[in-house]
Amino acid sequence: MKLKQTPLHGRHVSLGARMVQFAGWDMPVQYAGLIAEHDAVRSTAGVFDVSHMGEFVVSGPDATEFLNYVLTNDVARLRKGRSQYTLICNEAGGVVDDAMLYQLTETECLLVVNAANMETAWGWLAGLVGDFEVQLENRSDDYCLLAVQGPETEARLDPGCDLDLTGLRRTRIREVEVFGRGVLIGRTGYTGEDGLEIFCSPEDGPAIWDELLGLDITPAGLGARNTLRLEAGMALHGNELGIDITPIEAGLAGVVAMEKGQFVGREALAAVAESGPSRRLRGLRTSGRGIPRDHYPVKTEHGEGVVTSGTFSPTLQGGIGMAFVPPACEIGDGVSVEIRGHEWEATLVEMPFYSNVTQWRAKST
Amino acid sequence: MNPEELKYTREHEWVRVEGEECTIGITDYAQDELGDVVFVELPDVGAATAKDKPFGAVESVKAVSDLFAPVSGEVVAVNGDLGNAPETVNTDTYGEGWMIRVRLSDLGEVDSLMDAAAYQKLVDELRS
Repeated sequence: MKLKQTPLHGRHVSLGARMVQFAGWDMPVQYAGLIAEHDAVRSTAGVFDVSHMGEFVVSGPDATEFLNYVLTNDVARLRKGRSQYTLICNEAGGVVDDAMLYQLTETECLLVVNAANMETAWGWLAGLVGDFEVQLENRSDDYCLLAVQGPETEARLDPGCDLDLTGLRRTRIREVEVFGRGVLIGRTGYTGEDGLEIFCSPEDGPAIWDELLGLDITPAGLGARNTLRLEAGMALHGNELGIDITPIEAGLAGVVAMEKGQFVGREALAAVAESGPSRRLRGLRTSGRGIPRDHYPVKTEHGEGVVTSGTFSPTLQGGIGMAFVPPACEIGDGVSVEIRGHEWEATLVEMPFYSNVTQWRAKST
Repeated sequence: MNPEELKYTREHEWVRVEGEECTIGITDYAQDELGDVVFVELPDVGAATAKDKPFGAVESVKAVSDLFAPVSGEVVAVNGDLGNAPETVNTDTYGEGWMIRVRLSDLGEVDSLMDAAAYQKLVDELRS
């Protein structure tokens, strides 16, 4: 199958990026080096091409009512120009995808979904329209999406933007001009840093990318995106979330609004919340040179668990991971991770491992 | 480019043969594929290596990879500097980034290794 290319594919290739297949796309995993890119985002600013993600526009008189039915978070808490992290669940409470929902106008919302789940999520949502007076448009090919992340994002972008960015608060989204081009700009991200996400047309993408690199913003690939989100304690669908994992288990009860009324998956999730989940997602840190990796077994005094994501943390200079462990396990417990036949000491810890924007992240319970 | 005077394996190790001993590291292709190396796990001096069997592992930020012994023998030296500076594997893989030195138990085993041209052909195929 021919891999899909983002509007910035040529830019990545000419920068000498290492390209990898990701969810059917030919994407840059790194340019100069993963650690350098990771550090740039933590210390200054980096830019990620995330145009592979899916964008659905939901509009019509029943738009918010429909979204409140198909998503777990409470859409009524949104206002024009604001966003929320949310989940698409099935009747069994499994997670079809996790998503960011931006309210553009009173009757129009933008839902950003994972590239790997775009087709599935699209089919799932389309199948739920029923009698709702709502229009669903798959606009995934109409947006080039650039995530500029890091503490210097605002300072570097502000001169090129027709809006005073200091006034654009976290989670907000506005229609603005950046470098003379009309875009949507949201103060959101997936790195645990302040940052902006720029939704522009595929035609404007390369010019905006060039402007950003001209501001000494470091191009960063999927490799750094993963280490940054892991340090920030953010779930990745396919690892911490999935069709056979409920948000309660993944520590995301905070984005499941049980009190909002009927929604897909409510009964199943209420039952899990009532009885308590059979496993809980926890952060863990390994000792010394041990680095936890996906699927490594975990042993605890309450039973076995498994690592869902793990890496060497460039910021903390050690092994970090997320793991499903028995619910009786507590933060601070000593556990062991089996790393290639050896038992390594590890400790269950609070997440995020690192964050500059803790107030933004949905609180785990 | 891969040095002409070295021998290579399909698992992307390089071998510098010097009489009955040889020095072993990973190739430029391997370090590039791994990305930033953060730990190198090596055997102790005196340990035995068996051709095509793991003798250690390299951890980069994003993945861990076994190191396969190109030859059988006894480990006579280990590059301890990699403990404090594992990134040397990225910056000088054919020099200061060497990993172990082995005294060969079977001199004939080196004949089965690839020369630089054959290895380059393998890399070209993998990158195409």
